[in-house]
Amino acid sequence: MDANTLYENLKRIQQAKGYYFSQDRAHVMGLMEALLLNKERYGYMVCPCRLASGDREADKDIICPCVYREPDVREYGSCYCNLYVSRAWNEGTIPHEYVPERRPPEKMMF
Amino acid sequence: MTSEPIKIFSLSTCSHCKSTKKFLDECTIQYEFVDVDLLAGDERKAILEDVRKFNPKCSFPTIIIGEKVIVGFKENEIKEALGL
Repeated sequence: MDANTLYENLKRIQQAKGYYFSQDRAHVMGLMEALLLNKERYGYMVCPCRLASGDREADKDIICPCVYREPDVREYGSCYCNLYVSRAWNEGTIPHEYVPERRPPEKMMF
Repeated sequence: MTSEPIKIFSLSTCSHCKSTKKFLDECTIQYEFVDVDLLAGDERKAILEDVRKFNPKCSFPTIIIGEKVIVGFKENEIKEALGL
C-alpha cells in the first residue's frame, strides 16, 4: 500500500466519524509515509510522533488513531500530530495551538 | 544570535521534529540531534534517562538551547531562545 492509498482509505472512514485530515497536505502525506514505515518496523501503525516500545500491548493506546485523539481534538481542535483535526481547525476559526502530550509518562515502557 | 549549543532529542518519524530541524536549517543554525527511535538497548535507555532529566514527559522533540528546554515545535519560543 502506498501513502496515497492509505490517505484515501483513512479519509473516507475517519471523515464519517467527524475527524478530518489537516489541510496541510505535505504534512499529512509525511505522516502517511511514517505510519506505513512504522507498520513495517513494528507490525502496527504506531503514532509517528511518539516513541514506540515495539510491544503491541504496551503501545495499544498510541496505535493510530490513538486514544488521545478524541480529547485532543475536542480541546485543541487537533490530535497530537496535527494529522486529524476538527472542521474549525481547517477553517481557521480557532487558533492552531501546540497540542501537549496527553499520554501519561508511566505508560512508556523501556 | 545565540552561540549556545543546541541539541534536539527527536524521532525520525515525527513531523514536529522534522519541522524543528527544517526551521533551524533554514536559519543556518548548527545543532546536534539524536533520533531516539533509531537507537536500541542500553544506548536507548541511557539517552531516555537524559531526555527525562530535561522533559519528564519524555515527549519529542525535546530541544535544548543552552540552559533553556523547549518541548515541541514552538517556533516563537525557539526564536526567542535563539535571540532571533
